Amino acid sequence: MARASTPVPEKVAVRCRVNGRDATLRDFPMTRLLDVLREQLNLTGIKEGCGEGECGACSIEMNGRVVNSCLVPVLQAEGVVIRTIEGVASGEQLHCVQEAFIAHGGAQCGICTPGMILAAVALLANNARPTEGEIRMALAGNLCRCTGYTKIFESVLHAFSGAEARE
Amino acid sequence: MRSLVPSFELRTPPSLATALELIAREPGEWRAFAGGTDLMVLLEAGKLAHRRYLNIWNLAELRGISATDGEISVGALATYTDIRRDATLQREFPLLCRAAEETGGIATQNRGTLGGNIANASPAADSPPALLVYDAELELISAGGTRRVPYSAFHSGYKKMNLRADELIARIILPRGRAGWKSYYRKVGTRRAQAISKVCMAAALKLVDGEITDVRIALGSVAPSVIRATATENALRGKRLDSTAIAAARVSLASEIAPIDDMRSSARYRSRVAQNLLEEYLQSADRA
Amino acid sequence: MADPIIGRSVPRKEGREKVTGRARYVADMTLPGMLHGVTVRSPIARGRLRGIHFGDGVPWNEITVVTAKDIPGKNSILLLEDDQPCLAAEFVNHAEEAVVLLAHADKYLIEEARRAVRLQIEPQPAIFSMDDSLARKEIIWGSDNIFKSLRVDKGDVDAGWSAAEIIVEGEYQTGAQEQLYIEPQGMIAVANAREGVTVWGSLQCPYYIHKALASLFALPAEKIRVVQMETGGGFGGKEEYPSMIAAHAALLAWKSGRPVRIIYDRAEDMAATTKRHPSRTRHRTGVTREGKLVAMDIDFTLDGGAYMTLSPVVLSRGTIHAAGPYDCPNVRIRSRAVATNFPPHGAFRGFGAPQSVFALERHLDQVAKAVGLAPEELRRRNFIREGQTLAVGQVVHEKIDMNELMERAFALSDYRAKRERFARENPRSGIKRGVGFASFLHGAGFTGSGEDYLASVAEVEATVDGRIRVLAASTEMGQGTNTIFSQIAADSLGLDYSCVEVVQPDTAHVPNSGPTVASRTCMIVGKLVESAALGVRQALLQGEFLRDGDGAAAFAKACGAYIEKNGPLRASSRYSPAPDIHWDDKLYRGDAYGAYGWAVYVAEVSVDTTTCETRVEDFVAVQEVGRVINPVLAAGQIEGGVAQGIGFALYENVVWQEGRMINNQMTNYIMPSAMDVPPIRVYFEELPYARGPAGAKGIGELPLDGTAPAIINAVENATGVVIRRVPLTPEILMEALDGAREHARA
Repeated sequence: MARASTPVPEKVAVRCRVNGRDATLRDFPMTRLLDVLREQLNLTGIKEGCGEGECGACSIEMNGRVVNSCLVPVLQAEGVVIRTIEGVASGEQLHCVQEAFIAHGGAQCGICTPGMILAAVALLANNARPTEGEIRMALAGNLCRCTGYTKIFESVLHAFSGAEARE
Repeated sequence: MRSLVPSFELRTPPSLATALELIAREPGEWRAFAGGTDLMVLLEAGKLAHRRYLNIWNLAELRGISATDGEISVGALATYTDIRRDATLQREFPLLCRAAEETGGIATQNRGTLGGNIANASPAADSPPALLVYDAELELISAGGTRRVPYSAFHSGYKKMNLRADELIARIILPRGRAGWKSYYRKVGTRRAQAISKVCMAAALKLVDGEITDVRIALGSVAPSVIRATATENALRGKRLDSTAIAAARVSLASEIAPIDDMRSSARYRSRVAQNLLEEYLQSADRA
Repeated sequence: MADPIIGRSVPRKEGREKVTGRARYVADMTLPGMLHGVTVRSPIARGRLRGIHFGDGVPWNEITVVTAKDIPGKNSILLLEDDQPCLAAEFVNHAEEAVVLLAHADKYLIEEARRAVRLQIEPQPAIFSMDDSLARKEIIWGSDNIFKSLRVDKGDVDAGWSAAEIIVEGEYQTGAQEQLYIEPQGMIAVANAREGVTVWGSLQCPYYIHKALASLFALPAEKIRVVQMETGGGFGGKEEYPSMIAAHAALLAWKSGRPVRIIYDRAEDMAATTKRHPSRTRHRTGVTREGKLVAMDIDFTLDGGAYMTLSPVVLSRGTIHAAGPYDCPNVRIRSRAVATNFPPHGAFRGFGAPQSVFALERHLDQVAKAVGLAPEELRRRNFIREGQTLAVGQVVHEKIDMNELMERAFALSDYRAKRERFARENPRSGIKRGVGFASFLHGAGFTGSGEDYLASVAEVEATVDGRIRVLAASTEMGQGTNTIFSQIAADSLGLDYSCVEVVQPDTAHVPNSGPTVASRTCMIVGKLVESAALGVRQALLQGEFLRDGDGAAAFAKACGAYIEKNGPLRASSRYSPAPDIHWDDKLYRGDAYGAYGWAVYVAEVSVDTTTCETRVEDFVAVQEVGRVINPVLAAGQIEGGVAQGIGFALYENVVWQEGRMINNQMTNYIMPSAMDVPPIRVYFEELPYARGPAGAKGIGELPLDGTAPAIINAVENATGVVIRRVPLTPEILMEALDGAREHARA
């Protein structure tokens, strides 16, 4: 249904690495990475909450940094290493952050949870002993409507002490 | 998604030279796309008017933070995270790091770029007031070469910039040598994080024996673009920092800003808070 | 003997799915051949629909188009009434009202198509205020714009004034509040005349949707099926609205013969769906010189928006809660819900009580001032006790000691010491600090005879291996339904928690246990689960497959044996009216609720006079709740509710323009982030309620009632300024502080 005045749209092939495996994504270059990962790789753990980069539910890791996938055009995933919530556990062995969220009530409705967990995992990678203030700042880009954040903070604090105990 | 995504072009030029050639050949046809934290929001809302973009994200010449004796050169593609982590910037240009810390959340900071922020030209942007205080210059690059523009002369009105259609913002230059200035940054937003500013102020002054020998005051969200409060600076320069000067500065500031009512805040609130921030700053500089 | 399950923080039943991203929400589901559905909506608040124009450049022959005339049954979303059209036919009565539905397989094309539809609407004068509605500037609903009015009378208020030595008046307002569940609304539908209609979606009340679709399609009950997917938050916002989006998806599916999915983007969700009813309350209160309440005259108005939806019930709860946990011999409450041309307002956690309790708790602080008492002393002298009657005439049968609750909250929050310290320090500081509290109660379950009318049913079934399945229409949306039902069933049967599964709410398979609202899921439906589980056990005991004292292994064996002999092992429990609960709907008097949660909340705030921003620095929530089934889940409910209350009090402001929400983005509608909430400290007391499972009452809505007034009371303590509305934005506080300064100078 192309109109006479616009160029014929073309899809691009984007090669990247997702959750430890090579992947080729094919879509229009401006398509949101959020949609491509959900639809083409069935990574439905990535959620859309707002489409404007406010809520953080769509968080993924690109080259080790947490980003809002609703704001990344798929073209920019070329050559990038991506991790989503589906790549956080090691098979059936949950990450200590995931275990802590279950044990300490960090998840209620669960829609913000994948993004929250990625943000917490990223914090852990940079800061082995965060204070509650540092946790608040690290999670400030992830909005939660259910928990009032209290048990999310508790979960993250317990995850770190759990990780330490394991070392 | 309220835009017709297939109708948008986004191409990755293989080099900076190719990119510059392309925008020189077809000026206005292509626009730069960096981290996407502004443009993708517009795309989602169906408000992204332009259709053809160049993905400049990987252009190495526009990245990195380097230093010479006289200046720091921040690449246009430096993200807020890059800025926050740079030790030299933390030490010598703390207001820029403070602004970066106040921009969105971690996810936004990992993708948003300083160049993109400048090019988006929002009057509510968080970093530009710090850049104004530091007398930043922009290095603009085109196929024909580079030129430098003082950042204070870059915005000529709401979303109007001194940037030609064949130019890209390449680097942001910060002249060194501000040691000893008392500086201040405060953003008043709709909440403590992930917020658009209602009023934002960056300031720095040099105090010698109780006299203000030099001063810079810059604000966001109180005019069609970020501004230097030059009249207020002039009113303070050369004066003793005391309550009379502070009171006069408040009055001067009120007359040189033009805040508006919008869905986030009111003109009355913005004006008052801007004056209060100025007073808070000057009082703290006085006490220190 | 195993550790008792009740009272233990067992991990969330579906926790693993949620932390791994495997939980399936409606946007995660696709069906082969599925089309994307979108909605064309009225851009203006009121008018006569003259025509629909389909623009050029779109292949309309490929697109499924549905308008009102495609509706097989009645063009309405049946709820309490049938006044709300599914699709506007001749008139539109609010901005964003749905007029045309479109579907196509290409999600980009369908958005282009949406933009190409022009609605020709001849504008009519619209009503945007409660006063204009009451004044009947236009009649926009029924004969007088009034959805419902109520009146409560206790004693004789007019005579009561004569005993009043001090009379205090005040008017209080609350604004609209958006539920802002992080998962936007969505539905998938499959529909055809032969097989009927099936919808899957994000929802709280499967049987509400079932009833609405049956009427819309003129199909019998067994031809309608509603399945709840994992739901990313509801808070009431997915109580009634999902019937509308389900109807839309189903109509498109019906017409196209293909599955259709409609998922709202955030902007559409915020602009088009329900919000908390804005309110205005007028108090006139008479007290003796000692501060004893002798007369309360309360006038309470709710803005219902363009159609009735649930406004009469919101009004009901707001009205019944308007006079609070106090003993007053003479009370009159007159209330009404009125029509305006805003998008219909609807259920939001608290459901009328946050509005009326805000007014009451603000007002009583003013009354205390007028009498010269500390606010806590005024409360202490008037707290209701066992044997006394609430405003609706309900005798309190609980041994609740509100004063003890209040003192405990004060001790935990260091209330008195802080108040004294802040009073000393504030004059010298640019940051003004204050403490404030609210004391309140919240009725659990449907009002009055509501539960009788619902006649809810829950079932429990055992499999051949002795595993337990709980079947109910109550939905999990984060509050912990699956977990506590499992705990209750496991406890009743002496089994391990892991043996119990809660079946996905699907009207083809689960009985109607009523809607997941009104703080009823644990208290009412949990009790049905408990008795149904006991019913299974009873069947095994009676058939001598099981003996008292048998363990889990024997239980499993017994189930296998029973099923082999008798077939399915299933017990059902239906709500039966409690013999000692009497409610008179005509006089609006009697036992309004089976049980109440009682609470005192204390807020500490700091107000930065440089920016007039208010920060909540500390928050203590003490409540008596009957029995805590799962401490982590229960505390999670209070913490989350307090955070929503903080938003209600300080941040969440709906900006309207010509009847349309214009700040309909998360960038501009502000809910608290992780940096905006204080430590929220939660404490429970337990006076077991005989009719609740293990003694539990309902708590889901309770925190929304007391949070905002506690905060605004604290702001008054900090600044001296009397604020009578929420949200209290910094802009409004600045004006109030300026006004107070002017007043002081004059």
